[in-house]
Amino acid sequence: MSHRELDDMLGRKWRKPHFVTNPVLRWSLIVGFIAYLIAAFMTIEVDWGRVYEGLDRGWQFILAFTRPDFISRAGDIWGGLLESIVMTVAASVVGILISIPIGLGAARNIAPLPVYMICRGIVAISRALQEIIVAILLVAIFGFGPLAGFLTLSFATIGFLSKLLAEDIESMDKVQAEAIRASGAKWMQWINYGVQPQVMPRLIGLSIYRVDINFRESAILGLVGAGGIGATLNTAFDRYEYDTAAAILILIIGIVMMLEYLSGVIRARVQ
Amino acid sequence: MGLSQRRVRGLLMLRLQRLTKTYKTGDQALKAIDLEVPKGQVLALIGPSGAGKSTMIRCINRLVEPTSGAVMLDDTDLTKLGPGALRRARREMGMIFQEYALVERLTVMENVLSGRLGYVGFWRSFLRRYPQSDVDEAFRLLDRVGLLHMADKRADELSGGQRQRVGICRALIQNPKLLLVDEPTASLDPKTSRQIMRLITELCRERGLAAIINIHDVALAQMFVPRIVGLRFGEIVFDGVPAALTPEKLTEIYGEEDWEATIEAVEDDEDVEAAQ
Amino acid sequence: MPVLEKDGAQVWRRHTLREKLVRWFGWLLGLLVFAICWQIISESTTWFFVWDAPRIANDIWTRATPPRWEYITQLGRPIWDTLNIATLGTVIALFLAVPVAFLAARNTTPSALFIRPVALLIIVSTRSINSLIWALLLIAIIGPGVFAGVIAIAIRSIGFCAKLLYEAIEEIDHAQVEAITATGASRWQVMAYGIVPQILPAFAGIAVFRWDINIRESTVLGLVGAGGIGLQLSSSLNVLAWPQVSLILLVILAAVVISEWVSAKVRGAII
Repeated sequence: MSHRELDDMLGRKWRKPHFVTNPVLRWSLIVGFIAYLIAAFMTIEVDWGRVYEGLDRGWQFILAFTRPDFISRAGDIWGGLLESIVMTVAASVVGILISIPIGLGAARNIAPLPVYMICRGIVAISRALQEIIVAILLVAIFGFGPLAGFLTLSFATIGFLSKLLAEDIESMDKVQAEAIRASGAKWMQWINYGVQPQVMPRLIGLSIYRVDINFRESAILGLVGAGGIGATLNTAFDRYEYDTAAAILILIIGIVMMLEYLSGVIRARVQ
Repeated sequence: MGLSQRRVRGLLMLRLQRLTKTYKTGDQALKAIDLEVPKGQVLALIGPSGAGKSTMIRCINRLVEPTSGAVMLDDTDLTKLGPGALRRARREMGMIFQEYALVERLTVMENVLSGRLGYVGFWRSFLRRYPQSDVDEAFRLLDRVGLLHMADKRADELSGGQRQRVGICRALIQNPKLLLVDEPTASLDPKTSRQIMRLITELCRERGLAAIINIHDVALAQMFVPRIVGLRFGEIVFDGVPAALTPEKLTEIYGEEDWEATIEAVEDDEDVEAAQ
Repeated sequence: MPVLEKDGAQVWRRHTLREKLVRWFGWLLGLLVFAICWQIISESTTWFFVWDAPRIANDIWTRATPPRWEYITQLGRPIWDTLNIATLGTVIALFLAVPVAFLAARNTTPSALFIRPVALLIIVSTRSINSLIWALLLIAIIGPGVFAGVIAIAIRSIGFCAKLLYEAIEEIDHAQVEAITATGASRWQVMAYGIVPQILPAFAGIAVFRWDINIRESTVLGLVGAGGIGLQLSSSLNVLAWPQVSLILLVILAAVVISEWVSAKVRGAII
């Protein structure tokens, strides 16, 4: 019986079965994607003359990285950097503190439905609005300066951390939490003993990661007047002071690298 | 080289000469191993974990680079080969792995055909356009191990025993002279382990293949394999037929333990096998 | 958690006195840092505007509602551009990220001493700098327009994709690679059969994930002149056309929600 089967197979061509089995769907997906790419390329207007001119400036900029200028605009650079760091620290602290109760409220397994809906709503709004747009609105409302940037970053931190914290709580081990509840603990005690130990390491890890993101974001808020190093950077580009711009970028990259290294060390320690 | 010497060598499949492997950490995994495997002989390599069994097999096809010594396959010293020649030499040696080592996201057929990679060019293999003779051979092998109907299933849908059968097909489609088998039954249940060992030894007999089988299960080795080599701390401490493997010898290989039960169990098993 | 002798009785405390002091000092230091940060923010804030904020917010709200719906007819092209910036940027980034990832992964890099650090430097530097800053830089070099936006998104995404991809490469099952090597396969064949099938799901996930993020980022690139719907946002803000601003924000919100939905669907289908 099985040899009949083999005889049928021998001499027959073999082709790998396709990921999308329906050939019509497969080909229309492929053709559609290629057609889209072509259409997209066609509608980009590239001024190649301008690009060609720009190559020289691009090269100048790359050269600038070999001789960054930290000195000429030292005051602006350090002032902007300090403001960025201050905004990052303050916004991270406030953001983390607020996101803990909201994160608890957004976890379906510990929060009652009305609280859950409100908290999820806050998270959704915060995540859907990008930092830069929030910053524009807050600058319009509170005026120029780091306060708008601080509020923006705090708001963004809430959306990010609360969501991840809530997901963490929802996927935690139920048995441990139930054991605490079974001992007759009050709600606060239950959270403190049954939930907190389980989610704490990840919360710390995520918080540090968010500090890192906040610093990176603080570097662009200055573009819309919300304080930080971004304004200095923008001015440097406007004046074609590539060596100053290079210095600022090197500082940003350096600090981000340091934060990443630090977060790696801390995360390894808490886990 | 005299004619008689050449004739002797003609009967040999593999010869290890003072094969030594020292890891960067300073661990001596193999200490000047000498071993000869005649054509068509199936040999089991036993020994405690860390004795160097796995290292020895990997030094033969140079998945692990030996530190010194020679690996003679027919008349070529594999340790002296450049990258291209090594790849051609690897085609002659099929390998079967402990945890099957199938490429899990590829289909059974692709896994079997990957045994032909050393024979086909890059683009042919990339586009899965294998010669019809290879495809037919793959079907024949899958039929031989009873998995023809699974040809287009993805490897991760298969059970352990089925995966190891695919692994065997992948090794055999290389058309090797020698099989290197690394703990083929380590992650299988006892019944499947026997089936797999029987399949491997049968296929070796059918095709006149020599094989080196690493195996930690002494009973299984005694049941299926005519020659057993015992390795301890990177040295050969036993080389003989299964019957010569006395409790004293086992103690020498594995260390102090009551071996009587193991050996009796083997004898019982053999009775059962004979009865079937 | 030590057990202490106190007045002849054994007392259980969570921390020793020394640990307690260190903890208190840590909290105090943190509080101090936060207070200083807040002081700095407060100094550069015009509090008069802040007290006035509720009135201004209310004012903006009345001006911005209802949105100027008919303006949507002029947004077709900007939306198309935004989509193209995100998609083409992602495609280009993926092409460049793949080789970088292979050079950066410990198990595939040709030289851990020379090439790997260079690849890691590319990853860190492209990742640490926000796409808005890349856009700013590219506009200074090749002039404003969609093209600068595409390149900015592409550069920013290289590091992100390459980092996730090289982590996936480092996590592959080595036995499968070994098995393919043992058949006598060439270097490229080992890559195509042993490594690529293992990282393909991760690659697809990363591509869609990054595309989703890029849609968000490309909506605001226009703020600095790099094409897309952000251009309209910027010009509407400049002339204080609040009804248009609110419509654009709604469109951006819709785009973000849709792209998130698409990316979740596609990832669900792959995994």
